[in-house]
Amino acid sequence: MSKADSPSQNDQPPSAVQAISADALIALRADMLKFAQLQLRNRETAEDLVQESIEAALKQSSTFAGRSTLKTWVFAILRNRIIDHVRQAGRTVAVSNLLEEDENWLERQDALFSEKGGWRDSARPQTWPAPEESMQSQQFWRVFEACLDHLPPNTGRVFMMREFLGFDTEEICTQLSITSTNLHVILHRARLKLRGCMEIGWGHPGEATC
Amino acid sequence: MLSCKEVTEICSLEMEQPIALGQRLGLGLHLMMCSGCTNYRRQMRVIRRAMLAYADGVAVSTGGEEPKE
Repeated sequence: MSKADSPSQNDQPPSAVQAISADALIALRADMLKFAQLQLRNRETAEDLVQESIEAALKQSSTFAGRSTLKTWVFAILRNRIIDHVRQAGRTVAVSNLLEEDENWLERQDALFSEKGGWRDSARPQTWPAPEESMQSQQFWRVFEACLDHLPPNTGRVFMMREFLGFDTEEICTQLSITSTNLHVILHRARLKLRGCMEIGWGHPGEATC
Repeated sequence: MLSCKEVTEICSLEMEQPIALGQRLGLGLHLMMCSGCTNYRRQMRVIRRAMLAYADGVAVSTGGEEPKE
């Protein structure tokens, strides 16, 4: 795997308390855009929020103390902008779509589990490589991004509200007018689907002895 | 005895809230005998960690190309 694109090339040295160059921020733009777009599923809104975040980062650059990497710092700015946007936009997901958009759900369940609810041999989860190593790998993150992108849009948006933006379940339920039971079903489906996709793209077949 | 299908639901639920004692015991018993669900549960934690790292901007950059529409 290539280290050529490791984020360190874009980051200021941790000790540097210095003006942040626009170039350093622009180098992070593609990663910011991917993150914003995964969450928002809307290119224009994502571009607007990334642009605003870069401008805000330049204005506040004196507050960047170098305790975190530049990327982590601007991602926090971006994340807060996305959170504000999601809150202001109110209900961006049609509730009726939430549980219905996944029309293949039952078929997929049948492919994973036998009638008694046990894993089918072909679907039994395998041992993944150690997370510490995985997370250093560009390939891991490529698969991760692609699999998040493949979640049904509304399911993905709700899952990322929870996991990326850190909304608590109560706020999500209130904002989307769904019950906590509905929310748990949606999150469960998202996780089940995401890990299935990750296993195909990333997990290596290990020994299955269930 | 919980089925694997039920265990996957509990594995998601426990990422959200503390689970009931009965569920916890049932889960523990099932996991002792099932490598598939044990792997599943570990994978839930890897995914949680990956989500947090990605949102924190500490994921390895996947390259400079613009995301597709």
